[in-house]
Amino acid sequence: MSSSQPVSGDPPPDASPWHVSRRTFLVVTGVAAGGVAVGLAVVDAAAPDAGTVARVALAVNGEPVVVEVDSRTSLLDLLREHLELPGTKKGCDAGACGACTVHVDGRRVLSCLTLAVRLEGADVVTIEGLAPAGGALHPLQAAFIEQDALQCGYCTPGQIMSGVGCIQERHTGSAEEIREWMSGNLCRCGCYVKIVRAVEQAAGEV
Amino acid sequence: MDISALPLGEITFTPEGGLRLGALARMADVAADPAVREAYPVIAHALELSASPQLRNMATIGGNVMQRTRCSYFRDVSAACNKRAPGSGCAAREGYNRGHAILGTSDACVATHPSDLAVALAALDARIHTRGPGGERTVPFADFHLLPGTTPDREQDLRPGELIVAVEVPPHPRPLASGYLKVRDRQSYEFALTSAAVALHVQGGVIRSAGVAAGGVGTVPWRLRAVEQHLVGRRPAGGLWAAAAERAAEGARPLAHNGFKVDLLRRTVERQLRIVGGGS
Ligand SMILES: Cc1cc2nc3c(=O)[nH]c(=O)nc-3n(C[C@H](O)[C@H](O)[C@H](O)COP(=O)(O)OP(=O)(O)OC[C@H]3O[C@@H](n4cnc5c(N)ncnc54)[C@H](O)[C@@H]3O)c2cc1C
Ligand code: SF4
Ligand code: FES
Ligand code: FES
Repeated sequence: MSSSQPVSGDPPPDASPWHVSRRTFLVVTGVAAGGVAVGLAVVDAAAPDAGTVARVALAVNGEPVVVEVDSRTSLLDLLREHLELPGTKKGCDAGACGACTVHVDGRRVLSCLTLAVRLEGADVVTIEGLAPAGGALHPLQAAFIEQDALQCGYCTPGQIMSGVGCIQERHTGSAEEIREWMSGNLCRCGCYVKIVRAVEQAAGEV
Repeated sequence: MDISALPLGEITFTPEGGLRLGALARMADVAADPAVREAYPVIAHALELSASPQLRNMATIGGNVMQRTRCSYFRDVSAACNKRAPGSGCAAREGYNRGHAILGTSDACVATHPSDLAVALAALDARIHTRGPGGERTVPFADFHLLPGTTPDREQDLRPGELIVAVEVPPHPRPLASGYLKVRDRQSYEFALTSAAVALHVQGGVIRSAGVAAGGVGTVPWRLRAVEQHLVGRRPAGGLWAAAAERAAEGARPLAHNGFKVDLLRRTVERQLRIVGGGS
């Protein structure tokens, strides 16, 4: 499993004058019409391979945000390292495990292979935004608990975001079909049987 | 460079019945298109057996055809690799080469081309449309991917500044039965050990035209012309499939760990000919 490094050129979070906690981030974006620029990926011009920085306006879990990102920053790093939404997990950082699955414009995609600069105007939903804060869980979240479809839980946010996509795409006709259409999400703990049951259960409910 | 905003995402049929896939059409959208599924099942199958649902939601037709090899030494900067660093050698030749190619290899490089879609497009005689500073060009699919020879770093017939704008499948005589079979180490979300794309036009009980190509075995998407030639003019029958598939591995040069692909390729082709062509 690869470690999560800040984007090259970023100052460490504590030293950054731009560091915002999740709470201040939410408050700030909540009051600013059209979102607010949270200073991100402050690239050190002296860094040997500094990329270019671009400003991108997008919505994350329904909140408008404007971010300045290095052109090499993945959506996964934007979420985890800059927007303090660590629910989306980094397993391989190379498209091979599905742990980083989120929805962009209603489609399940891998955030580790999505460049943040491409997301102008995009609507991103992560595991944190799947159910309303303080409200009932999404039926698939509830089904994962009822079916006991996890052990360590590391793959679970990706499984659930992918499962919601699988249900929306109507690929839940049989356990076999669910297995094939959930095959982009690996589980090291081997909870596949119960994951398939949870998707089956939620597909019958939504 | 980000080309994702260009208007190249369309999936259209030409008046003559050919299919034009914009370079930016998403794999998932092409695979789910009812008209594509009806007219060219081999394309939909190849796409649905590629990568994962999340990747297919993101990845494009142009990007898939352009993807580079999965040879692990190519991605390991501490290894010798003529494709990555011309003249440095090939770590795979004497290394672990179970997944590598048996057809189209050279002393310089033995890497497989990983695309499934490209195998289907090879069998269907597709064309690549490009646009660049020098204008527009059309390249036959068979000429687009370059054999490694002594220059494995050159992989496609694409000139500086050129983009793929579309892939076009010419009209095929109907009825056309087609499909894709992929054999791999695990059941899903895995590259091919071997694969076969087959498209057959049978009329009056005789095979009038055949397109057959293989994946997982060649340095480029591998058209099996000897297999096709054995089929055309003959009647579909149980024994015919095996006799034709016997020619699939002609010219194969297995390495230390991938000798199993020779037989697996023949059996994959035979099985897919039987699935598409019928008979026992
Ligand atoms: C874990 C994993 C498993 C996979 N399994 C399979 C599989 O089983 N079968 C399979 O076929 N594929 C597989 N793939 C490949 C995948 O399906 C995509 O095709 C591939 O990742 C390319 O994605 P993309 O379209 O986003 O292209 P990009 O990554 O954007 O581009 C790939 C290359 O093509 C160039 N390019 C893109 N578009 C054009 C254009 N229009 N003109 C000229 N050049 C262009 C880019 O510059 C780049 O060099 C897998 C990928 C991953 C990560
Ligand atoms: S097979 Fe080709 S890509 Fe792999 S190490 Fe050898 S030269 Fe490089
Ligand atoms: S982190 Fe593994 S697929 Fe994105
Ligand atoms: S629950 Fe541990 S990896 Fe899936």
